[in-house]
Amino acid sequence: MSAMSADPYAAPMSGMAHGNMTTVGRVDHDANGFDPSTMLTDWDTGTTELLPDGRTLRTFEVTAIDREIEIAPGVLFPAWTFNGRVPGPALRAKEGERLKIIFRNHGSHPHSMHFHGIHSARMDGVPGAGLIGPGEEFIYEFDAKPFGCHLYHCHALPLKRHMHKGMYGLFVIDPDPTRQSDPALSAVAASRMLGSPENGNWQELAMVMNAFDTNFDGGNEVYAVNTVGQAYMNVPIRIDKTRPVRVYLVNVTEFDPINSFHLHANFFDYFDTGTTLTPTLRTVDLIMQCQAQRGILEFSFADHEDGMYMFHAHQSEFTELGWVGMFDVRGPGA
Amino acid sequence: MSDQSQPTRPTAIRLLLVLLPLAAILGSFVWIASLDPLRSFNNGAPPVESLTVERTVLDQTGIQILVRAGGSEAMQIAQIAVDDAYWTFTQNPPGPIARGSAVWLQIPYPWVLGEAHHVALVSNTGTVFGHEIAVAVPTPQATAGQFRMQALVGALVGLLPVALGLMFYPAMRGFGTAGMNFVLALTVGMLAFLLLDMIAEATELAAEAAAMFQGSAMVWLSALASFLLLMAIGRWRGRPEGLALAFYIALGIGLHNFGEGLAIGGAFAAGAAGLGTFLVLGFALHNVTEGIGIAAPMLRIRPPLWSFAALTLLAGAPAVLGIWVGSLAYAPQWSALALAVGAGAILQVMVEVSAYLQRQNSDRQAILFSPAVLGGFLGGIAFMYVTAALIKV
Repeated sequence: MSAMSADPYAAPMSGMAHGNMTTVGRVDHDANGFDPSTMLTDWDTGTTELLPDGRTLRTFEVTAIDREIEIAPGVLFPAWTFNGRVPGPALRAKEGERLKIIFRNHGSHPHSMHFHGIHSARMDGVPGAGLIGPGEEFIYEFDAKPFGCHLYHCHALPLKRHMHKGMYGLFVIDPDPTRQSDPALSAVAASRMLGSPENGNWQELAMVMNAFDTNFDGGNEVYAVNTVGQAYMNVPIRIDKTRPVRVYLVNVTEFDPINSFHLHANFFDYFDTGTTLTPTLRTVDLIMQCQAQRGILEFSFADHEDGMYMFHAHQSEFTELGWVGMFDVRGPGA
Repeated sequence: MSDQSQPTRPTAIRLLLVLLPLAAILGSFVWIASLDPLRSFNNGAPPVESLTVERTVLDQTGIQILVRAGGSEAMQIAQIAVDDAYWTFTQNPPGPIARGSAVWLQIPYPWVLGEAHHVALVSNTGTVFGHEIAVAVPTPQATAGQFRMQALVGALVGLLPVALGLMFYPAMRGFGTAGMNFVLALTVGMLAFLLLDMIAEATELAAEAAAMFQGSAMVWLSALASFLLLMAIGRWRGRPEGLALAFYIALGIGLHNFGEGLAIGGAFAAGAAGLGTFLVLGFALHNVTEGIGIAAPMLRIRPPLWSFAALTLLAGAPAVLGIWVGSLAYAPQWSALALAVGAGAILQVMVEVSAYLQRQNSDRQAILFSPAVLGGFLGGIAFMYVTAALIKV
């Protein structure tokens, strides 16, 4: 090896660590006001009250705010946000509830909330139907249906800009177990209903696959789940292997036609759009989503050794530009 | 208008008259800085950022690049992606890069021999500066063996052809007036080609340099300055001719060969050469005329033998130096500067050789368009153009 250093045309040392594939430094989550690690389980369930007809009225409050956020260590992005965070709050309701979303625009541009769900044209969040200027307020009202893993996003134009500036979030409607006649499906529905005893056994994670075009050239510089590139490499997601895992996954990546989710060393069941209680794909380790496509992933590490299990987009480019993370799988006590 | 005889003012007054405007300048600068009159134009736009890559070094520790900042404020490199993969890096010296200063970035990236790589520098505002490594090869290192190899190439493209050209000297001594006119005009034609070639090369290089070097102005002004200085030095004691003129030609050609050496050395460093035998032959043939040109003004004198060796060294050895410098310390603005100075030197000898040519003939105006002179001039340009085709890759 000593001779190598003398040879000017020697190839680079084989020992050069490919583990150097990472961003340098750490993002200041406090300054951002949100942390990708806590975002995973941070569901916004709003406030509830009982309506005269016995139904539940669930009210959310969302404010559009301009905010500069750090999307990779040292790289600042002038974002447009819902409630100051990107992705916006992960709204969660139950099938059949009446929903009321009080939306205020404190940003510098017109914005809206366009929900992927079933509602009237007046509530669609497009120009002329709930798209409001700076300083204005609008209240969206509709019923929570169909159950599934959905999303909302700003539908102001140009849509591309309003999407990739950060105006999107999860919108999950849990199935109502009492609406299922089949006891097996009813049990599945119960396990999906946030707050139920059956649901308590699951580890549920909210994941939004997004990306940022920091130089506005129509191509993304940083890819991530929940905004911060490499966040779950730096702080792996702790998984208790005795409990099953359910991921609510949505792709909002702009400019690239598709994004994907690949789980290492394991397979999962997939419920496309989450509108069914039986999987639409069984036993896969990779799914693809176009923009606004979403679904639910269910898997278990019960029979695995303890260890770090990777997950990432299987577009290697996205992976190496930040969209990669680790599950830190251990027993409950370990 | 009354008092013609300027009374000599006291020294204190004269000093005051200079100090007053200086103080006013200083005061107004402080005033402008404190007032910030452009504040009302501040529209919240991010600062203008600019980064220029000046050197790239590939070795066993990865990729190292020297970058110079040239924006409106100090700027920060937040992340580096090589081939669309974020990679660790260290910056030396660390911290924000002040306008005009340069830093080394060390990226432990396992580059692949013979392949292309793209380095993207992401600033804290999200601006991306791309840098292409067209062909990845290890950067030559400053070892004795490497220096020897490069010196050999330099001797082949610089020293050897000049020496070969000078060997025509005895034959040329037998020429009559027309023959001598032809050879001198051939020399001017050859120099005209070199002048255009160097200016083109220099402006091309200068365009790659950071904006603050004002590449185009730097090239033209330093060429002009070098021309004027050499003219002044040359005419210190009369007009240069004979051996003196030969030395000026050798100096101009030497600077040109230094530039050629820089290009070859740069090609070594950038991995572009494949500097094949064919290319070395091309350079040698191309440069043979340089020896003829140097010999041209000495045909009427009997120069000492040592002067041939000295002329060969002056004209040819800079090629060796150029290759060393070009392969080790490559920054476009300095190479452009060297070429521009050379261009000025070439122009000086063109003027002096033309003047010498005219002095050798009784009819100074008509001689310029005689068949021998015009033929020699155009022949020189044509020969250089054709042989240059061999070395342009």
